[in-house]
Amino acid sequence: MANITRGFTGRRRAPDPAVPPGQYLTDDFPVLSAGPTPRVDPDEWRFSVRTEKGFTTTWTWSDLLALPQEEVHTDIHCVTRWSKLGTSWRGVSLDTIMAAVDSDFAYAMVHCYGGYTTNVPMADLLGGQAWIAHEFDGRALEPVHGGPARLLVPHLYFWKSAKWVRGLVMQKKDAPGFWEQNGYHRHGDPWREERYA
Amino acid sequence: MTSDWLPATITSVRPTASHAVVLTLDVPGWAGSLPGQHLDVRLTAEDGYRAERSYSLADSGSSTTIELAIDEIPDGEVSPYFVRDARPGDTVEVKGPLGGYFVWHDTDPSPVQLIAGGSGVVPLLSMARARAASSSAAPMRLLTSVRSPADALYRDEIAALAARGIDVDWIYTRSGPESWAGRVGRVDAAGLAASTLSPSVRPLVFVCGPTPFVEAVAGMLVDLGHPPLRVRTERFGGA
Repeated sequence: MANITRGFTGRRRAPDPAVPPGQYLTDDFPVLSAGPTPRVDPDEWRFSVRTEKGFTTTWTWSDLLALPQEEVHTDIHCVTRWSKLGTSWRGVSLDTIMAAVDSDFAYAMVHCYGGYTTNVPMADLLGGQAWIAHEFDGRALEPVHGGPARLLVPHLYFWKSAKWVRGLVMQKKDAPGFWEQNGYHRHGDPWREERYA
Repeated sequence: MTSDWLPATITSVRPTASHAVVLTLDVPGWAGSLPGQHLDVRLTAEDGYRAERSYSLADSGSSTTIELAIDEIPDGEVSPYFVRDARPGDTVEVKGPLGGYFVWHDTDPSPVQLIAGGSGVVPLLSMARARAASSSAAPMRLLTSVRSPADALYRDEIAALAARGIDVDWIYTRSGPESWAGRVGRVDAAGLAASTLSPSVRPLVFVCGPTPFVEAVAGMLVDLGHPPLRVRTERFGGA
């Protein structure tokens, strides 16, 4: 076999079909952020969706908590190659959010406190695939992990699960967000190793 | 540009701190990199088992010889191979360069503050080397936090940066050198303010290190008045 690294044996784990190619398992919860952790007071927190029809729908923290809450048990996969299995979250489905929004556009730019953005097709945000998550492992989501609330889109690499989320802007066409302009893939499917542009 | 794994041959391995090594690798076809970028490394065992990890590059430029510095993670899977077993002639595969944000461009005239925790110094040293080798007049200052002198990667080269126009400051969290008259302990806001560029000169700040270090420092920088978007971070490990 080509490209053997002499002296490397590695630490075998039984192959786990839940782990995408090129990933390793961690029990830790590593952090990937481009800058300082924003401090967002839930009393000041807002989540808004702006559409092509000129409307912006806004939720406060108490609005969010008043919506139907879902428990999410899922695996997460970071483009920096760690995967964490069986994580537990609580939050509001994007289906619930978007039921209050009138838009025909197929893409969204996700905006965050701190100024960061990431692009996600609506096809990846609807249908029980994405949430506004505000609890992790039964506790309020810590700021370092995106609290008070982050997007959770666990079937894509975890940078798409934008921390400190503050809203969506509906878009007719897909356009790269912050990480996507800085070398990462437009879409980010871990099973297809859509890591880099 | 980053789609293919490239074969890489280790050409040298030397210790740089008590549990870290500097490696050079020859990578035919390497496209060159910018200061601060990283790459992915893939190792393949004899039975085909593979492990992949990301590492920062310690240098930049167009050479097809690249440099990495790897600190051994206790109970790690890949770093112990590099620190204990790797030797010249061994082959790995690499993909990169990666990352477009945690990057210093020598055309940017802004003052630059670099702040490293432990082995987080690697991409920052790449920036300092690039600054020292360029015609850039951008003021640059490097603050390095280490447990003790023996834990400092590239200690001699960092000390020599002062003669190359880059101000160097040290924080020792457990024990300082024999002649050390400064305090010993984790960085605090007063110490950070005293040993970094003032927000009044609007420096671009790069912070790299373990997550708790970066969280603490980045928070203090914002409290000191640095605009959050002027503070760029790279973290490793859990929170």
